[in-house]
Amino acid sequence: MKSLLALSIAGLVGLSVAIIGPVAFGQQPATRDLRAPVDFASIQDRTQRSVALFEEAGKVITHPRCANCHPAGDRPSQGMDMHPHNPPVVRGEGNMGAPGLQCTTCHGEKNAAIPTSSIRSIPGNPQWHLAPVEMAWQGKSLGAICEQIKDPARNGGRDLAKIHEHMASDDLVGWGWNPGDGREPAPGTQARFGEIIQAWIDTGAACPKP
Amino acid sequence: MRISVNGQAHDLDVDPETPLLWALRDEIGLTGTKFGCGMAQCGACMVHVDGMPIRSCVTPVSALEGRDIVTIEGISGKEADAVRQAWVALDVSQCGYCQSGQIMSAVALLSVEPKPDDKAINDGMAGNICRCATYPKIRAAIHAAAKSLEG
Amino acid sequence: MGFQTPITSRRAILKGLGGLVLAAYLPSVARAQEAGTKPLPPLVPNAFVRIAPDDTVTILSKHIEFGQGPWTGLATLVAEELDADWAQIRVEHAPSDVKLYANLAMGAQLTGGSTAIANSYMQMRRTGAAARAMLVAAAAKQWKVPASEIKVEKGVISHASGRTSRFGALAEAAAHMPVPTDVVLKDPANFRLIGTDLPKPDTFVKSHGQALYTLDLRDPDMVIAMVARPNRFGAKATAVDDSQARKIKGYLSSAIIPQGVVVFAKSTYPAMKAREALKITWDESAAHKKGTKAIVADYMEQSRQPGAVAATRGNAMAKIAAGGTQIVEQTYVFPYLAHAPMETLDAVVRFDGQKAACHFGSQGPTIDQGAIATALGIKPENVSIDVALAGGSFGRRATASGDFAAEAATCAKAYGKNVPVKLVWTREDDMRGGFYRPLYVHRMRGMVAPDGTISAWHHTIVGQSIMGGTPFEALMVKNGIDDTSVEGASDMPYRVADFQCDLHSTKQGVPVLWWRSVGHTHTGFATETFVDMLLEKAGKDPIDGRLALLDASAREAGVLKAVKELAGWKGRKAGDKGYGVAVHKSFNTYVAQIAEVMRDENGQPKVTHVWCAVDCGVAVNPNVIRAQMEGGIGYGLGHALYASLDLDESGQVVQTNFDKYRSLRIGEMPVVDVVIVKSAVAPTGVGEPGVPPIGPAVSNAWRALTGTAVTHLPFVPGETA
Repeated sequence: MKSLLALSIAGLVGLSVAIIGPVAFGQQPATRDLRAPVDFASIQDRTQRSVALFEEAGKVITHPRCANCHPAGDRPSQGMDMHPHNPPVVRGEGNMGAPGLQCTTCHGEKNAAIPTSSIRSIPGNPQWHLAPVEMAWQGKSLGAICEQIKDPARNGGRDLAKIHEHMASDDLVGWGWNPGDGREPAPGTQARFGEIIQAWIDTGAACPKP
Repeated sequence: MRISVNGQAHDLDVDPETPLLWALRDEIGLTGTKFGCGMAQCGACMVHVDGMPIRSCVTPVSALEGRDIVTIEGISGKEADAVRQAWVALDVSQCGYCQSGQIMSAVALLSVEPKPDDKAINDGMAGNICRCATYPKIRAAIHAAAKSLEG
Repeated sequence: MGFQTPITSRRAILKGLGGLVLAAYLPSVARAQEAGTKPLPPLVPNAFVRIAPDDTVTILSKHIEFGQGPWTGLATLVAEELDADWAQIRVEHAPSDVKLYANLAMGAQLTGGSTAIANSYMQMRRTGAAARAMLVAAAAKQWKVPASEIKVEKGVISHASGRTSRFGALAEAAAHMPVPTDVVLKDPANFRLIGTDLPKPDTFVKSHGQALYTLDLRDPDMVIAMVARPNRFGAKATAVDDSQARKIKGYLSSAIIPQGVVVFAKSTYPAMKAREALKITWDESAAHKKGTKAIVADYMEQSRQPGAVAATRGNAMAKIAAGGTQIVEQTYVFPYLAHAPMETLDAVVRFDGQKAACHFGSQGPTIDQGAIATALGIKPENVSIDVALAGGSFGRRATASGDFAAEAATCAKAYGKNVPVKLVWTREDDMRGGFYRPLYVHRMRGMVAPDGTISAWHHTIVGQSIMGGTPFEALMVKNGIDDTSVEGASDMPYRVADFQCDLHSTKQGVPVLWWRSVGHTHTGFATETFVDMLLEKAGKDPIDGRLALLDASAREAGVLKAVKELAGWKGRKAGDKGYGVAVHKSFNTYVAQIAEVMRDENGQPKVTHVWCAVDCGVAVNPNVIRAQMEGGIGYGLGHALYASLDLDESGQVVQTNFDKYRSLRIGEMPVVDVVIVKSAVAPTGVGEPGVPPIGPAVSNAWRALTGTAVTHLPFVPGETA
């Protein structure tokens, strides 16, 4: 990860560094695919199958396209190396940014092409905002994220059906698969991700070990 | 395509992808809004759309039909007056190129947060780069504008 | 706002108001004395002051205003001796005319080297005094009273008889008065404007979106030009296919030029799109293909051997070779840096086949006239430049080759029609376009004597010469030494018996340029962190230790004492805060700074407070001086902490916009307190000297706090570099 390389250089010149977390966010397997629930049918144990399904969903959850806006602190990250978002925006009240510099100051209703720039486009969505801090994923293990997703106190009061709905059909979540020119989409499709989440719920919504 | 800028309607015959910035500058002739980076990093192109701060360099004109666009040339109201007066009184500008954007951000900040502390100024103005580093005066001018709005 | 001033309007205005232009002849001997160097060209008329019937006084500034305050400064000097009311003063740029508007320190119309106030101090005061004398003569004639009985105060001319007049009413008559051959200047004790905080004449338009920069110039016939440049320096375009570009509405044409391929369009966005759509074949056989890492490795190796000697006394090398336990050695790496002014480069050129009328933020009109003339195959006197406000420069708008001015002219010629052609650079063009502060490696070795004094100092510098290969080389490079590579190092101020500073001037295919404070950007950092380390080794306080190595009368000592008092210096560390000091002279201005530094939540340096003392001679505009110290600190700090312009292994620029070339933002700007040391010495510049001390002051504070010496800049390497 390039950011870790840079941070190790920072370490050499005497700067202590913040380590991103126990999950290797942003380090994706070579395949861009998301397997289908049927691919997990061979796992006999229902709980093990459920865990495996969530781990498959984890490819999406820990993908920078999704995790960048689930920061543990007040500042989102950006890019495949998940570097701190520049300009240095903050969460603000309602996770919409600060007065004077809201998320919508730069992020419009649609991805905006800027063909003249190295970043090719600026992400956009009508709902563009940060996940609430209780839904932070960065710095957490997949197991911990899983428990958090199931916990109504930390998931916006959603039951599992609502969780599925959010994952499978929310438009802002869906942006992860349509991130605009110059940006790698999350693995698979939102529909396939929804199927995986549904299959995980149907198998008891078991979580990997934290 | 028709857009409304500073209360005036303008018919545009341009590629719908054209960023508002270039429509303002090249088509309408409002050059107070500046180009600095073209990728929403520096804030020189800040305008208000329906009262909210927006980066005109990454906002296509196609997204703006029926919206109310206000530029540095047309910004009005008590926050705008207070900010401009403070900017002049404190001689904030050096090269001056970023200051239209700084002022648009400051007005947006004060419209929501009439008495910002230093952290609120840091957060709200973080998107506006000033290569001359007039930041101490920008901060002082925002505090001064906030104070004048109290009275 | 409708249509804006056509390109040649200012000249027309000048002609139209010719009768009201007060011409002041300045005695050549006096001017030579002002410049303090060689005799100046023969007597030439100067037009710096225009008094209108509405009583406004317009000062024509021979120096470009891009933030450092010459409009305020030059107008203050004129208004002081003219006894004008500051409220009646306006300022505009003077047009290109080296005979009238040369920088007296350089002999060319050029802004740079922090010379605007220094070279204009006497000239502008004399101009004001001459204009005043002509107004008084006109009043004396009209009122039939002796001139010696007439008083001028705050824009009002009066006589004891009760007669009074504003300037405007007498301007026409004054223009016909003989120009005085000599003038009496005020005793500084009687200054009314100099030394006070005056509102800046450019503030209002800049606070209302009304200031016009080159990018804002419009014309119904104007064509936008954008140039597709190669990915590597030195590559050439050999073929272009514009079949896709032709589908873009507003696209006009394209042409191969030496710089790449120029695209012409009716407006800016179509030009950008069309440029993206071109298919260009590049010849990279002569391209620069070396990355920054390889360059640093080469320079490291070279730094182990002494270079061409820039300054030496005693025998530092022998003394260090003889060894001892008290030897300190340190290597420094300074990256390439882009100037990245907020307004990207741009210029408007209209070429009718014989003459070129140009309008842009020209930092060196004399150089640009020559460059444009060469590009067009005409004589420089057939090139006129109206100077526009510029959105910053930091040195970038002046190059020895007049690079972007020549490029604009080349574009206008390629377009081939007698219309204004506006060349526009994007930020990516700016960042990838070269003319960087050169990459340097320094190796320093020093020795502390048993009594704590510094007994030897050997400084080797490796990097590109900014003058090498330019028309300035013959003038500026002597015996292999480009003084701008070693300034601030070869003449470092501390008393050391055995001293040597030497230089390896390297060649790379990367264009380099002066950058705000030039050589001092790196020499100041190296000398001021190194002396700090030696003093620590000697067990001395950083301020008292420096003072002990300086003559008591040295102006460095003066600013050190002043900053010590301002900051209430109590030592290098207090709780979770480190304190570091640095002092540096550049452009004959002396600046000392103390930085207070903490660790932020990520363990990176956070500079919370900077105290700054400056001695720039007579303080003409204290508010401008304070603003320039703040601005210099912010510019220097942002680059020291965050900025690096790197080339990848294939020679391509890595950081192409502010997403990767990180700029200081408001939350990273420290509180700055400035004290101006009182002085009666002739004024010197302030645009650059605030920059050099901040990096070493922060580094010294960080070392005090953490024990780690940061010697490879920037402090915080980029996340994606």
